[in-house]
Amino acid sequence: MTIAPEKTTVLVQLAVADGWLTVCELSRLTPGRGVAALLPDGRQAAVFLDRAGRVFALDNTDPFTGAAVLSRGLIGSAQGRPFVASPLLKQRFDLGTGRCLEDDGVAVRAYEVRTVA
Amino acid sequence: MATDPAGKALPTLVLVGHGMVGQRFLEAAAEHGLTATHRVVVLCEEPRPAYDRVHLTSYFSGTTPEELSLTDPEFLDKHGIELHVGEPAVAVDRATRTVHARSGRRVPYDALVLATGSYPFVPPVPGKDAPGCFVYRTIEDLYAIEEYARRHATVGAVVGGGLLGLEAAGALQGLGLATHIVEFAPRLMPVQVDEGGGAALLKTIGDMGLSVHTGVGTQEIVADGANGAVRGMKLSDGSQLATDLVVFSAGVRPRDQLARDMGLSVGERGGIAVDAQCRTSDPSVFAIGECALASDGRVYGLVAPGYEMALTAAAALADDACGASFTGADLSTKLKLLGVDVASFGDAHGTADGCLDVVYADSRAGTYKKLVMGREGELLGGILVGDAEAYATLRALTGTVPPVAPESLVLPAGAGAPAQLGPDALPADAVICSCHNVTKGEICAHASLPEVKKCTKAGTGCGSCVKLIGQLLPRSGDDGLCGCFRHTRQELYEIVRVKRVTSFARLLDEHGRAEARGGEGCEVCKPTVGSIIASLAPSIGADGYVLEGEQAALQDTNDHFLANLQKNGSYSVVPRIPGGEITPEKLIVIGEVARDFGLYTKITGGQRIDLFGARVEQLPLIWARLVDAGFESGHAYGKALRTVKSCVGQTWCRYGVQDSVRMAIDLELRYRGLRAPHKLKSAVSGCARECAEAQSKDFGVIATANGWNLYVGGNGGMTPRHADLLAQDLSDAELIRLIDRFLMFYARTADRLERTAAWLDRIEGGLDHVRDVVVHDALGICDELEALMRAHVAHYRDEWSATLDDPERLSRFVSFVNAPGTPDPTVRFVPERDQLRPELPLIPLEGLAVR
Ligand code: SRM
Ligand SMILES: Cc1cc2nc3c(=O)[nH]c(=O)nc-3n(C[C@H](O)[C@H](O)[C@H](O)COP(=O)(O)OP(=O)(O)OC[C@H]3O[C@@H](n4cnc5c(N)ncnc54)[C@H](O)[C@@H]3O)c2cc1C
Ligand code: SF4
Ligand code: FES
Repeated sequence: MTIAPEKTTVLVQLAVADGWLTVCELSRLTPGRGVAALLPDGRQAAVFLDRAGRVFALDNTDPFTGAAVLSRGLIGSAQGRPFVASPLLKQRFDLGTGRCLEDDGVAVRAYEVRTVA
Repeated sequence: MATDPAGKALPTLVLVGHGMVGQRFLEAAAEHGLTATHRVVVLCEEPRPAYDRVHLTSYFSGTTPEELSLTDPEFLDKHGIELHVGEPAVAVDRATRTVHARSGRRVPYDALVLATGSYPFVPPVPGKDAPGCFVYRTIEDLYAIEEYARRHATVGAVVGGGLLGLEAAGALQGLGLATHIVEFAPRLMPVQVDEGGGAALLKTIGDMGLSVHTGVGTQEIVADGANGAVRGMKLSDGSQLATDLVVFSAGVRPRDQLARDMGLSVGERGGIAVDAQCRTSDPSVFAIGECALASDGRVYGLVAPGYEMALTAAAALADDACGASFTGADLSTKLKLLGVDVASFGDAHGTADGCLDVVYADSRAGTYKKLVMGREGELLGGILVGDAEAYATLRALTGTVPPVAPESLVLPAGAGAPAQLGPDALPADAVICSCHNVTKGEICAHASLPEVKKCTKAGTGCGSCVKLIGQLLPRSGDDGLCGCFRHTRQELYEIVRVKRVTSFARLLDEHGRAEARGGEGCEVCKPTVGSIIASLAPSIGADGYVLEGEQAALQDTNDHFLANLQKNGSYSVVPRIPGGEITPEKLIVIGEVARDFGLYTKITGGQRIDLFGARVEQLPLIWARLVDAGFESGHAYGKALRTVKSCVGQTWCRYGVQDSVRMAIDLELRYRGLRAPHKLKSAVSGCARECAEAQSKDFGVIATANGWNLYVGGNGGMTPRHADLLAQDLSDAELIRLIDRFLMFYARTADRLERTAAWLDRIEGGLDHVRDVVVHDALGICDELEALMRAHVAHYRDEWSATLDDPERLSRFVSFVNAPGTPDPTVRFVPERDQLRPELPLIPLEGLAVR
């Protein structure tokens, strides 16, 4: 008989039109970085994990270049609020609200995310 | 029809001409609320809305027309402005107050603003209309010149050696043409600089390989080439100049024809006459910008006075009683022409009674500085050529008695001129940004550059004031790396080395600024610390693999995916080709990989091959094939050693005196993978003919009959620098030892993103100090530097083969975490010249130019 090692998987879920979409296991995320997820409507979300273990999600498309790359940016914090810096032209976006820190007029969509055990 | 909330038709404001000044007028009109009380219609002749004409030439260094755009569709939308592009006004009927546009459109107006700019003046010489003759004013002109130069020209000539002529000459040279400048006056830029300044300019521009002909006029364009194309020009001194292309840049004339036809008063020498409120002889018609003849009797050919007129006219239309008036403007300019700083301000030519000059000239260095001082010791104006560092400060001091002796303002730093005049010395009402007329007081009310730009517009014109604004803004009180660390990169390097810190989080929590501890760090400090830890890895006990553990979260995306991110989200792949030497078998493998994965293939400037257009999930598959064939990472993505170029050298070349290819390969294999403050490049030439261009490299080696000469601190790029000779006639072992020490000393003491060239120019003592440290071991650290390099060499592993060996590491190479097999559908390509290129994604916010 084999004894299954005790293991709880924590899932990352994102709010989409018809409920919660499971994106991946939390263990797939590296603190300080992001991953991209494909949504049922064909959009893409960038999902991030910070050092404190919080998850965030923004639209993956960089509004300044049109490329779907925000998930590949570096995250950082300014005045205690976490942001991601686009890897292309380095504009920063608040992870909570999607607002661009360089240009108030620009924002990307922020998605609601949660982790469930 | 636009109506007010009560349903009443709004009065109509029509703007003719959507250039730089027209756009500024629209912004001012919106600020005054005119867009809410009026229907605003804009007729724009060019096929695109307003763009930054001042920076037109930057097109040739890669700025796209989109980036030059000054308008934002959102702005137009938000203020309900109707813009018609490609729709010039052809006539105006003042009796019925109607503007007729080319398409037949009629627009009635209550108020009309003319901002039609200027046209380039073409002297009436025979042949001026032949194919191959151009002017230089619009983006369409640039396209035409570029296209013609590419197909039909190897030599180009610019008629006119003024500001625009030099810009045009720079553009022609940038297009690869042998370039001539023909100027009628006895010196270049006759309007802005005096004889001394002209001489300094001539020297520097001549040194750049442009041929300057001053004091001669153009008599005829010889157009007997195929289809009557330009072949040359006849000059007034009887000589003939062979050229395939001519750009006329002999001044501009106001575009006042529309106004003449309308019966408005125009000046004798052109320009629509306006009063101090920019009103023409018809009170419901205004004229602003280069088409206007201002009330001081001048036509201004610069953008700053045009902007002031735009503000004045908007205020007048809004009936703003305290609105500005325009009675004349300062003609100060600072330009970077062909890489030479040229500035003039105030009374540059010393026309005031009893004024005296203070002049400093160094014709070897191509610098010339002149200040014009008034009777009472007040600064009236000046000219700076070659070094215009002090321009913004001096301009702001104009009209006042400077707080230090005038000679100390022109002497170069270090030449008995300790009194560097800081921005603190400026009074609060000193104008810092002359493009937007913003004073020191207004700037100091803000805390950051983005805020200043947004609230005052200062710094958004020619940009020459940005540096000074930076000095005026509150500093965080230290020269720390970023908002997270008050230490410099150098200090952090020492902390990491001495305390053997191997984790960013620990460094941040123990050594970061109080407010940043426990946070995430930022996009500046994370890669910097990642690079420091990587360059010291073996000596401090960290893992040298850049994607290990926390290190993975510190790297910029390029390091994270071990490839270079391209504009559409795809990546490029650059295998290492040491010394540029490659076997036919390896070439075939590269060809096969490129073919099988459909990659765009190009020989780089670094003697290797770049494969573009790989999707994230293709990177491991591509690299598996390459690693299999014996390739390894070329680190094109890292701040690390790039290439060591070589010439073919002694083995084949009749002049070669050493085996330059072997040395290049040895050096490339020794220093591959070394993480540094910035990228490192090298080259080895087999003799003094220098075919490998070693003197433009961070460390360059040139063979001599007795061994090798080592040059350091060379750079191409924006600010090229010739390398300096560090040591001569070295043996192989001596050469390598010196390079080991040099590179490790650089890695220890340079700032973030500081190439060796900038570092050498910055550090105290410069080259002599570096020579003392690395050749004479003045600091006694050479053993340690060598040991660090030995550790690096011993621990080198190819990052790509290490990645391929580890499923955990490979798992990040997917487009989507929840759909690992699905390629990113937004990464698309279209064919071009038998290969492919990115199909650019639609930018949701059009016109969002990143400036
Ligand atoms: C591919 C290549 C152009 C080509 O098609 O030939 C290239 C491409 C890029 N260069 Fe370069 N440079 C290339 C040779 C050069 C050279 C020529 C040389 O090395 O002999 C220079 C001038 C020499 C020098 O560096 O001093 C050069 C000076 C620059 C600079 C300006 C550096 C400076 O100190 O001013 C940058 C910008 C930077 O690094 O900040 C740059 C930056 C870049 C970047 C990394 C821009 C970016 O961030 O996307 C480009 C990425 C390439 C990619 O995605 O793969 N590239 N670049 C060349 C690659 C050579 C190689 O095999 O690795
Ligand atoms: C290469 C270059 C470099 C320069 N560098 C500098 C510099 O460093 N510093 C500086 O201060 N200035 C510089 N200038 C000058 C600066 O660009 C001009 O002063 C500025 O553009 C003037 O703005 P404007 O709106 O009056 O004219 P423009 O920008 O020329 O705009 C006028 C517009 O009106 C349009 N138009 C004309 N007639 C009609 C019509 N009937 N109907 C509809 N539209 C019409 C034209 O097509 C044009 O688009 C430079 C100019 C050039 C070409
Ligand atoms: S640098 Fe000298 S040895 Fe090398 S290819 Fe040129 S001429 Fe020959
Ligand atoms: S002086 Fe030109 S932008 Fe400020």
